[in-house]
Amino acid sequence: MDPILSVHGLRRYFPIRGPFNRRRGWIKALDDVSFDLMPGEILGLVGESGCGKSTLGKTLMGIHQPDAGSIRFEGAEIAGVAPRKNRKLRRHLQYAYQDPGTSLDPRWKIGSSLHEPLIIHTDLDQAARDKRVRDILAAVGLPATHLDLYPHEISGGQQRRVGLARILTLQPKVVILDEPTSGLDVSVQATVLNLFGELQRLFNLTYIFISHDLAVVRMMCRRVAVMYLGRIVELGPVEAIFDRPQHPYTRSLLAAIPRIGGARVTQDFWLEGEPPDPGNLLSGCRFRTRCPKAQAICAEEEPALSAAGGQQAACHFPG
Amino acid sequence: MPELLAVEDLSLGFRTDAGLARVLDGVNLAIQPGQIMGLVGESGCGKTTLARTVLGILPRHAALIERGRIRFERSDLLSADDTTLNDQVRGKAITFIPQDPFTSFNPVFPIGTQMMEIMRWKSPRRAQDGGHNTRARRAADRDAVLAMLDAVQLPQPRQVLAKYPHEVSGGQRQRLMIAMALLPEPRLVIADEPTTALDVTIQAQILKLLRRLATERGVAVLLTTHDLGTAYEICDAITVMYAGQEVEAAPTDAFFRHPAHPYTARLLASLPRADGKVLGIPGEVPNLLAPPAGCRFHPRCERAEPACSRSRPPVTLPGQGHAVRCYHPQA
Repeated sequence: MDPILSVHGLRRYFPIRGPFNRRRGWIKALDDVSFDLMPGEILGLVGESGCGKSTLGKTLMGIHQPDAGSIRFEGAEIAGVAPRKNRKLRRHLQYAYQDPGTSLDPRWKIGSSLHEPLIIHTDLDQAARDKRVRDILAAVGLPATHLDLYPHEISGGQQRRVGLARILTLQPKVVILDEPTSGLDVSVQATVLNLFGELQRLFNLTYIFISHDLAVVRMMCRRVAVMYLGRIVELGPVEAIFDRPQHPYTRSLLAAIPRIGGARVTQDFWLEGEPPDPGNLLSGCRFRTRCPKAQAICAEEEPALSAAGGQQAACHFPG
Repeated sequence: MPELLAVEDLSLGFRTDAGLARVLDGVNLAIQPGQIMGLVGESGCGKTTLARTVLGILPRHAALIERGRIRFERSDLLSADDTTLNDQVRGKAITFIPQDPFTSFNPVFPIGTQMMEIMRWKSPRRAQDGGHNTRARRAADRDAVLAMLDAVQLPQPRQVLAKYPHEVSGGQRQRLMIAMALLPEPRLVIADEPTTALDVTIQAQILKLLRRLATERGVAVLLTTHDLGTAYEICDAITVMYAGQEVEAAPTDAFFRHPAHPYTARLLASLPRADGKVLGIPGEVPNLLAPPAGCRFHPRCERAEPACSRSRPPVTLPGQGHAVRCYHPQA
């Protein structure tokens, strides 16, 4: 099967400006990121804040232009193409912000908000649009009477559902979910996650699921990419990564999640220190300053992503 | 042993344009000396309001305390006058670790200046020289600050003191907050979601540090959190709140092994699991302007009976130190 989205050598650097707007250095938010996304799968993208996971999502969407590398969507190159030419393809790729409900216009009725993307992107007439909107609204579990309400008249959870419905009206193939559950209470999070699962089956969607919450990623995703300071350090099936992590960073990340009923993390957590300044990276492996296995070669050569166990890891000493 | 802090039957509301929002309704909470107590609940359940009431930092004109008592050691915090509270309790016997360490620093002063400012007013050595900030006391305080920065594992303490708050990372700022909370040698630290803004690896480090320092110094901690995992990690006992009422309190092990209240059970079933089967809680958190009578969870509870909406269930004790407020607790 061909990948629906294929990313190769993607790079996005942000300049750091000093006095008089002089460039002092680069933040390498994405540095040689490559992966394939298969149709119908859920790919989790995990890492700590500042590791570049949101930049990756936004670069895929064309919100940031990549500095190098290619993004192929169903075989066609979409990186660096003029927006007007791109529009036909982009409707198949949608981006859901942390709270999709807040992107609704408070002065528009929900019906109008849901019709808008169809007016812009399709030639459907009023009746056909109306039918599509009603179908989508039913799919996210809201009654059709909500079409005549304003966003402030419904609850926050319902606004979130409307925001998702708006993303789905164009029948996208790939949806990028950026931290869709952060800030939610666990009881609400459970219903939102179940909704994502149902919608994926119903519309045959492919998700890129960006999250810092590993427990949620384990539950939702089939494959996981772990990022650290702009690089994918480990990529593979969810069971392999969670049961047999190969990269020391993945290990420490997994060791840091509290496990109710298990051993206390706080009693034997070994990772010290914090991620280094992303504007001033050291040579070699980016994790070596915190890594217990670091040796001379780690400072000289940056490890590439290569097969280790059932997955790929970017480490000189995997396992 | 008498409790260090005992909140008894505390009811409190906030005056709003739409009427009185009944945020706390007959809350009880007890903390033993040296105990780490987790106060767990979803957003809007009143855990932060309770923490602020103990500290006495509620908005003066909006908050209305209807009934209840807060006993700390031998004094009643609600009836004590402001001068005594400021001199002896607030910031001294009871200190505070905020959720967001960035907004708690003044951005225009170096960290060292701000820490010495605390020591000027809240230093445990303040009583010795009749309250005068003598040179000898300042030197002793400075040594105490440096020793504390070492204890919270900040590299190069002297350099950190000369830095401004924006020059240190989020994890380091939270370490500084813990240091500042422990410097006055308090008996109780209130930590309000101290790790919510941090990444998991930093969270694990901070929780480990907090647990170690509190145990070493025999300081009791009231830790509010919405994350059951965090509570499991470091708490000795857990109290769960729902919509302004405490529903269950138990030692940590008993709590996770035998949750007795239906709300607690549903909360635990909502945690993400590897097999993908999670249950949410149907319905929504009640409107506090017109909360349901009796047990506030009854409109969403699968075991609700008419009695639940008439009056709030009394405390039942299914085990040692385990208190539940439900007419039909799970066995």
